[in-house]
Amino acid sequence: MNNLIKKYFYGDYGEIEEGGSNTSQENQWPLWEIFIRSKQGLDHKHVGSLHAADAKMAIENARDVYTRRLEGVSIWVVESKYITANNPDEAGELFEPAKDKIYRHPTFYKLPDKVNHM
Amino acid sequence: MDLEKLATNFQQKINEEIKIEPKDWMPDAYRKTNIRQISQHAHSEIVGMLPEGNWITRAPSLKRKAILLAKIQDEAGHGLYLYSAAETLGISREEMLEQLHTGKAKYSSIFNYPSLTWADMGAIGWLVDGAAIVNQIILCRTSYGPYSRAMIRICKEESFHQRQGFEILWVLSQGTKEQKAMCQDAINRWWWPSLMMFGPKDDESPNTAQSLAWKIKIKTNDELRQQFVDMIAEQVKVLGMTLPDPNLKWNTKKLHYDFGEINWQEFWNVVNGNGPCNKQRLNARIKAHKDGAWVREAASAYAAKKNQPQSKVA
Repeated sequence: MNNLIKKYFYGDYGEIEEGGSNTSQENQWPLWEIFIRSKQGLDHKHVGSLHAADAKMAIENARDVYTRRLEGVSIWVVESKYITANNPDEAGELFEPAKDKIYRHPTFYKLPDKVNHM
Repeated sequence: MDLEKLATNFQQKINEEIKIEPKDWMPDAYRKTNIRQISQHAHSEIVGMLPEGNWITRAPSLKRKAILLAKIQDEAGHGLYLYSAAETLGISREEMLEQLHTGKAKYSSIFNYPSLTWADMGAIGWLVDGAAIVNQIILCRTSYGPYSRAMIRICKEESFHQRQGFEILWVLSQGTKEQKAMCQDAINRWWWPSLMMFGPKDDESPNTAQSLAWKIKIKTNDELRQQFVDMIAEQVKVLGMTLPDPNLKWNTKKLHYDFGEINWQEFWNVVNGNGPCNKQRLNARIKAHKDGAWVREAASAYAAKKNQPQSKVA
């Protein structure tokens, strides 16, 4: 069953080896993933994607699209083709090792009532 | 995994309200339906800028001009969120624009009506954006992750659109005799087209059943339309205006408003390209795209030049 689509699109990385722009869409500006820090002290968070000719334009467009209401104090842009993602079809195996290690959670330990808020 | 198993797993995820993400397996028809719906939605945002753009230079004050500009800029942004969401399904931006410009892809038929007076800016905000919000709030729960996220972002921004529209009409409704008449006239012209925004009746909407099963849609066209009528029929009283429907009446048994029959012939006429402004809208879109070509090319050329290895300068 082959349902791959040979195109670059956000969220669909890693299957296509050649990197670089999609040959059938030479004229299209590359796709960028946008990450915004909403305020000092918080992580940058993925908010979406947009097309831009270069990094500077990607930042300026991200400013116009994603921070019109002061939603951000810092912007990261990454060209989508540089993001590698795991294959969701194999996500089961990938995350399997964490499943049976419930002793990593504090709730695993039953303590006397007196100290149970520890 | 065989196809049947994949399909079962897929439906199970949908049933458990687990969102579908771009790289997950999905039936071809699910992909296609989403591409169609999301891209049409995106086109609507973009074409939707045109009736309002008509009034930027003629807004009655600097304040109204600034507000209108901000609203239209929001709509460009909403178009972008939606185009990006559709792109995750494997269609390119260029393909979508091509479909819009050749008339292959549809956009909301409401934008094929002309915006004749300043009061239309109020009616569009209140009724057209109001109908859009009813649709979009429920779509925040749609099963395709990127579409749902785009909708959540859009809904956060959209509420100002409806409020500023109502405020425009509210001010007019407190004004002179002529301003009141202008307010009522705009409501009269935009009411029925707004009801048509919810699409054909459920029994004539061929995609509805499958879309509900896949949770692309959560409520049917008629359910959403009823919700909208109930809301607007109350709000119009605050304006001291009326809706142009002699059959509009509170039904004490159903606890909903009854309303008259929509002119479906008009609806299909406009959908099929024969509305008052179909040609004008499409031509304006194509012209804007063509006129912007040199900017896109120049930006690409500049980026390519900057990326070249620097030759040594003496």
